[in-house]
Amino acid sequence: MRTGEIRDHLRESRLFGTRLSVVAIAVVALVAILVLRLAYLQIINYRHYATLSQENRVNPVPIPPVRGFILDRNGVVLAQNYPVLTLEIVPDQVDDMSQLLDEIGKIVTLNEKDLKLFAKQLRERPRFESLTLRTHLTDEEAARFALVRYRLNGAELRARLERHYPLGALGVHAIGYVGRISEDDLDTIDKNAYRGTQYIGKLGVEQSYEETLLGKVGFEKVETDAHGRAIRVLERIAPVAGKNLYLNIDARMQEIAEQGLGNFKGAVVAMDPKTGAVLTFASTPTYDPNPFVNGIDPASYAALRDNPDKPLLNRALNGQYAPGSTIKAFLGLAALASGQDPARQIICPGWFSLPGSTHRFRCWKKDGHGAVDLHDAVMESCDVYFYKLAVSLGIDRLTSYLAGDGFGSATGIDIEGESKGNLPSPEAKRKRGQEWQPGETVITGIGQGALLVTPLQLADGMSGIANRGLRPQPRLVEAIEDPDTKLRTPIEPPVMTSMGDYTPAQYDMMIHNLVDVVNGPKGTARGIGWNAPYKIAGKTGTAQVKSVGQGESYVASRTAENLRDHALFIAFAPADDPKIAVAVVVENGGHGGSAAAPIARKLMDHYLLGNSTMKTNVPETGGNAD
Amino acid sequence: MNKLQRWHIDIPLFYALLALAGISLLVVYSASAENLWMTAKHLLRLIMGFGILFLIAQIRPEDLRRLAPILFGVGMILLVAVLGVGIVSKGARRWLGVGAFSFQPAEVMKLALPMMLAWYFARVPLPPTLRQVALAGLITLVPVALIARQPDLGTAILVLGSGFALLFLAGMPWRVLAALAALAAVAIPFAWTHLHGYQQKRILTLLDPASDPLGGGYHTLQGMIAIGSGGFFGKGWLNSSQAHLDYLPESSTDFIFAVFAEEFGLLGILVLLGIYMFIMYRGFMIAYLAQDSFTRLLAGGLTLVFFFYFFVNVGMVSGILPVVGVPLPLISYGGTALVTLMAAFGMLMSIHTHRKMAG
Repeated sequence: MRTGEIRDHLRESRLFGTRLSVVAIAVVALVAILVLRLAYLQIINYRHYATLSQENRVNPVPIPPVRGFILDRNGVVLAQNYPVLTLEIVPDQVDDMSQLLDEIGKIVTLNEKDLKLFAKQLRERPRFESLTLRTHLTDEEAARFALVRYRLNGAELRARLERHYPLGALGVHAIGYVGRISEDDLDTIDKNAYRGTQYIGKLGVEQSYEETLLGKVGFEKVETDAHGRAIRVLERIAPVAGKNLYLNIDARMQEIAEQGLGNFKGAVVAMDPKTGAVLTFASTPTYDPNPFVNGIDPASYAALRDNPDKPLLNRALNGQYAPGSTIKAFLGLAALASGQDPARQIICPGWFSLPGSTHRFRCWKKDGHGAVDLHDAVMESCDVYFYKLAVSLGIDRLTSYLAGDGFGSATGIDIEGESKGNLPSPEAKRKRGQEWQPGETVITGIGQGALLVTPLQLADGMSGIANRGLRPQPRLVEAIEDPDTKLRTPIEPPVMTSMGDYTPAQYDMMIHNLVDVVNGPKGTARGIGWNAPYKIAGKTGTAQVKSVGQGESYVASRTAENLRDHALFIAFAPADDPKIAVAVVVENGGHGGSAAAPIARKLMDHYLLGNSTMKTNVPETGGNAD
Repeated sequence: MNKLQRWHIDIPLFYALLALAGISLLVVYSASAENLWMTAKHLLRLIMGFGILFLIAQIRPEDLRRLAPILFGVGMILLVAVLGVGIVSKGARRWLGVGAFSFQPAEVMKLALPMMLAWYFARVPLPPTLRQVALAGLITLVPVALIARQPDLGTAILVLGSGFALLFLAGMPWRVLAALAALAAVAIPFAWTHLHGYQQKRILTLLDPASDPLGGGYHTLQGMIAIGSGGFFGKGWLNSSQAHLDYLPESSTDFIFAVFAEEFGLLGILVLLGIYMFIMYRGFMIAYLAQDSFTRLLAGGLTLVFFFYFFVNVGMVSGILPVVGVPLPLISYGGTALVTLMAAFGMLMSIHTHRKMAG
């Protein structure tokens, strides 16, 4: 309370008393209005509303829409719905639940899991809802049930549509899956739009295109008897089926990539650089999404979650890897853009030291490459050349070039949860209270250290080089199809982002260097270009997992498998008219040229020549999308 | 002095709240279609609510006063934050996530604004000057505008109401009141064009619920059928056909009053309103007996916040106010409003039991 002002406490308290009395009178008056309103409803209009309540038997019953299909670029069905017979019970209509379950148990098999799930719903769901007791009834069981249906009040046989992924684990990291609508989902969705619908997209395209796939709920005004049982349908507003999605993914190529990775962990992304169409989006190990549809049991889920190989991790989207020497494809451009003379040679003695330091940063070639220019350094992947480049550019300029190539930011692919990777930043490190070491700049030149990229970023960046400067936004979905009219509307062409300030001549020179990685006499990936009728431009990479001490040497066979180097390969082809760009990461696969590059070659052969010799489980042509 | 009093519990208020909690459990059980799991969860929340009431009743009014501007400041920061980084749910940005928890900062304002205004008016001689009224009006309108932007019309109205109540109790001049009334009459057509589509629709269907019986008017119509068919004596506990046959949406949350009215009739309603009125009476008593400006205004303001809750809820369920999503205080299923109200009652009890006895 301020001094100097004289307060009249008596006056204040009298004022408050008056105001409080006014408020109290207003409150009583308003409550009186409520009471009058309620008396009007309950006494005067009682008969009217009692009759309405008695006759309130016209209930709007939702009819869930059919969820759209997901198909690959050739029409191979990736996600569909098929009808399953389910046995459902409305608890409110049952007189004696345990007796009913006994009776049903005599005609259809009910195992412990069914009963447990049912008991859980019984506890948690309203009693007027139809609860699932058994799914996937056989025809025989359905027939037996139909015979005794008349004395099983409250139990009903229904045909429900269930989501199914016919190719199982194939492409799960792109397609995603649906699951039962959870309590958390209910907080974020429009409940009315989901009335009668059981599923919602949880991951991948199923999630990101949820609104397109879902469709629009319909209604039936159903006349019911006093127990809520349907008597007849008075009016029907038909549901609108969800739209079908055509993906850019080629299921065959997806299979080639996943089989190519085999038992290795890793990721493969293939794109059409001109459009950003994602042809292959693989991450291994994969897993079967089908058990997730109706709720995976906790033990199976725990097994997936706790698997040390992390099958649930989407490595193409969220795997953050040191790019290793693949980054040289981009740093080579940076060298040219910064004005470095590509013909200038440096001497590689097999190691590099910073001035005033004795620490040796080794070249992968122990005895050194001798005199190399930019062309040789890219082709032979000379580390010393790029150590020197990194030091002369400095870390901030170096990362600003990489940022222009798309690293450190999301590509904007049309599924959720993309990782951005990491661009090393002395400033960010300082903010954490640590000091940037000059050596960190050196190793960034060969894609080690704090620099992290995703396979998707690598494929997208390579597409940018293939386009000579225009980086596409990756797109998994190619077109949306109306299931009734079969009208196919392509997704609007993706946005192209301009890369750094590189000139066409600089791109031509760099692409020539990358072609020699595959075709040159000393190219690190010369094996895979063999007898190819088209020219591949590529770059290999090997990313260290375990740091090798000074004076030690790395011997693959003596290193535990999970510490072995990651193998990387990025490429596009044909070099003069690029139609496909690929990034392959094989975790603990060893050398990029031998472990990763062959997978890229197989994909390119299939896409460019269409003569894959792989055995396949994927049908040749698409089925009907109905 | 009895044990409860020693713990700063006001006995009449405490018993009235307990009675409401008991009724709440009965109605939630019925409205959830006899769902024991939901009822148990509700019981847990009620116990938690009483815990919060108990804790807050221990805080001395002087400390509440010191806390007022801090709480208001934090509330404002959170309101701004929620517009930027809030979680979007059902087309509105109302929730702020903190780790696994999420909460609505707007809820804090229901208490923080009356506290802030009581704090402000306690610093000046009353009645306030026009300038002071204008400043207090600004303190009210900024958070209200932020909440309305989320958009959350129900909460914005409650917060606006609580600010207005404080201004009135503090002695806002009658001529300002008259001017505001005139302004409102002019501003309503203008405000109408600024409402969201769904908000406009709600008001339109209020005027004629039968116009859209399966859409916006469905709630109101089914609520009225439930109430009306209850008659004077009601259909009896667990006999609400409207809720049990799934005609009544939100039957255990915003529309729980309809279930209560259907099962217990006008008689039950009179008993329930009697308890509400008793709580109001007790709140006003506490305000009247309070010994300084701050506690007086705070107690009066919080009691009116409680009143707004039940008036808006019963009004909307019985079809005289638009459906704005305000729960029936201490009866509806759900934890957010319960925590706010129990905290308010904790403050009332603190104000009453920390008085300095004369002599």
